[in-house]
Amino acid sequence: MKLRKLAVAASLAAIGLSAALTTPAFAAEEQFFPVLAYRTGAYAPNGTPWANGFVDYLKLTNARGGVNGVKMIWEECETGYATDRGVECYERLKGKHGGATAVQPLSTGITFALTEKAPVDKIPVITAGYGRSESQNGAVFGWNFPLVGTYWMGADVLVQHVAKKEGGFDKLKGKKITLVYHDSPYGKEPIALLQERAKMHGFDLSLLPVAHPGVEQKATWLQIRQNKPDYVFLWGWGVMNSTSLKEAQATGYPREKMYGIWWAGAEPDVKDVGDGAKGYNALAMQHGAEQGSKVVKEVLEKLHAKGQGTGPKEEVGQVLYMRGLISSMLQVEAVRAAQGRYGKGKRITGEQMRWGLENLNLDQKALDGMGLAGVMRPVQTSCLDHMGSAWARVHTWDGKKWNFTSDWYQGDEKVLRPMVMLASAKYAEEKKIKPRTPEDCKK
Amino acid sequence: MAFFLETLLGGLMSGMLYSLVALGFVLIFKASGVFNFAQGAMVLFAALAMARFSEWIPGWLGTENLFVANLLAFIVSVVVMFVVAWLIERLALRYLVNQDGATLLMATLGIAYVLDGIGQTIFGSDIYKIDVGMPKEPVMMLESVFEGGILINKEDFIAALIAALLVISLSIFFQKTATGRALRAVADDHQAAQSIGIPLDRIWVIVWCVAGITALVAGIIWGSKLGVQFSLSTIALRALPVVILGGLTSVPGAIIGGLIIGVGEKLSEVYLGPFVGGGIEIWFAYMLALVFLLFRPQGLFGEKIIDRV
Repeated sequence: MKLRKLAVAASLAAIGLSAALTTPAFAAEEQFFPVLAYRTGAYAPNGTPWANGFVDYLKLTNARGGVNGVKMIWEECETGYATDRGVECYERLKGKHGGATAVQPLSTGITFALTEKAPVDKIPVITAGYGRSESQNGAVFGWNFPLVGTYWMGADVLVQHVAKKEGGFDKLKGKKITLVYHDSPYGKEPIALLQERAKMHGFDLSLLPVAHPGVEQKATWLQIRQNKPDYVFLWGWGVMNSTSLKEAQATGYPREKMYGIWWAGAEPDVKDVGDGAKGYNALAMQHGAEQGSKVVKEVLEKLHAKGQGTGPKEEVGQVLYMRGLISSMLQVEAVRAAQGRYGKGKRITGEQMRWGLENLNLDQKALDGMGLAGVMRPVQTSCLDHMGSAWARVHTWDGKKWNFTSDWYQGDEKVLRPMVMLASAKYAEEKKIKPRTPEDCKK
Repeated sequence: MAFFLETLLGGLMSGMLYSLVALGFVLIFKASGVFNFAQGAMVLFAALAMARFSEWIPGWLGTENLFVANLLAFIVSVVVMFVVAWLIERLALRYLVNQDGATLLMATLGIAYVLDGIGQTIFGSDIYKIDVGMPKEPVMMLESVFEGGILINKEDFIAALIAALLVISLSIFFQKTATGRALRAVADDHQAAQSIGIPLDRIWVIVWCVAGITALVAGIIWGSKLGVQFSLSTIALRALPVVILGGLTSVPGAIIGGLIIGVGEKLSEVYLGPFVGGGIEIWFAYMLALVFLLFRPQGLFGEKIIDRV
């Protein structure tokens, strides 16, 4: 009996001792990010590289020592690009690990659904290059951050580019532009801007929606063949993009006159079209395929060389991988900015993250330090401007790879700002939101 | 007029491609009374096998000959589809003999999920290419009659010819061979067919094998056209209105139904679409099918449904 008691006491002591030895005196702080991704379903070929880039940057941040010692943690949830499943994922993950720092839905539909939830849960919704265009106005959309680009800005740059090709905006009068778009909130987003620009410059805009997932476009392209537009703008996603290019080839529409948004300008969109996509242009949301960049080399060296990378090594540096990586970098830098105010090395809350996102100031030096020299331009947000940068350029598929083929363009604030203000004021009136003033922003 | 003809021809050729998928539904229903919801998943699975083997085989054998690679990939894919058919019979259908139609339908729904998942796990979920040398550039016809001529998509034209050939072969198989007659007997009544010595398990394996080959042909044609990716499984949804329209038990019905749906959706998109905001071709096909369900539930060529009450 005595012996048994002794054995139990010894075991307990051993457990206690080993626990004391393995638990650090101060547990490292952790910052939690839900990853709403889609690696299955119709949009998986495009969603997967984005998710891989996104997760790899979080891993890279940890490999660099975290943000002032705070480690990034994440949990992935499969949305399948479906709004209902996206909301379900958000609800499931928002309270985990002390609460989500921010959420990136990678879907304009899910963004619309989360826009009203974010102020209640106090979780910023980051939509780098997608989402609601009017959410650039931080006075009304206090929790939405369409960082680095909105669809209105993208559409504006496309019109600027074709105007430049034609020899000026006045030359657009009488020209025909057709928008082939995914029949969803995403695809419909640029219509308002294009209609505004059509009114300003007198070009004829026709709209051709394509139903999900976009594999049947014969009727659409027969109409294009009949109307013979001067330019086709493509607002597709997933298989819709490659199908558009194949139908353009099958109906003889020149790919050189086709311009995609930045979600219609990546490797999965063109690789199985090959030479048939030669000459096709798309916007680059600042970055393109960046295999030569320092950050890509660092990811390969610190993660993939050690077998810790996410996804195949060959994908690192491709367009959508870079989009995911940059989206992730923006949130990590917002954490860093927030720590600067609320305490270095401390875990920050959703509200503090909002401050970080509203005070993001990534100058050239900061970008160079992160290995992003030449990949993107500086970003500076404010309480009232949640986009922070309105630059884009065009890249063209040569049958093997994407090459930049234009200078940088900046979205025209004279056109964009009034539209953003008008649409956001309407939203504020509908939802009875009192817009924040510059004084509110100081709080 | 030229534009109308172009749209009409485009619709007819799309219709033939829908028929190809609809055939898979008809074959299995005709021969086993099962409404096979997994047909789309089988198309994806077969296309994935073909795409990946045609990519892997040159590496394994050290050959660069595209024809040899495609031929070997086709043979391996046929074997894979036979194995899938055997497994479906062995693991699912064998236990469901004489069950209600709804039970069998639910079983095929489960098979669809399993095939979708396993297919993407084994072969990957990226976009893959099937290059069987289909021409991609269009040809112009009747240029002397119409200004600018009429555009014909060569790839669709060849695909429609292949589909037509497959339909003729299957019709002969069903009508003229002993196995074809046995298949039809099984469809009429499982127990009666068994009582006269028709081996049900073997017949089911045969019919699923034939459906597997149909899925492979459909997968190769659609995969060559769209690239092999998950959306291929959704083209089965385009074939549903076709079988409703043509009748679940009629091979010619699948063809006529496909042509009507193909033409109907293209003409509706072009001529009605602009008045209602466009993007109507998918729901137009279903609307047409609904109208048929209301007035002629057995479809154009299906057997009349007579129930004892």
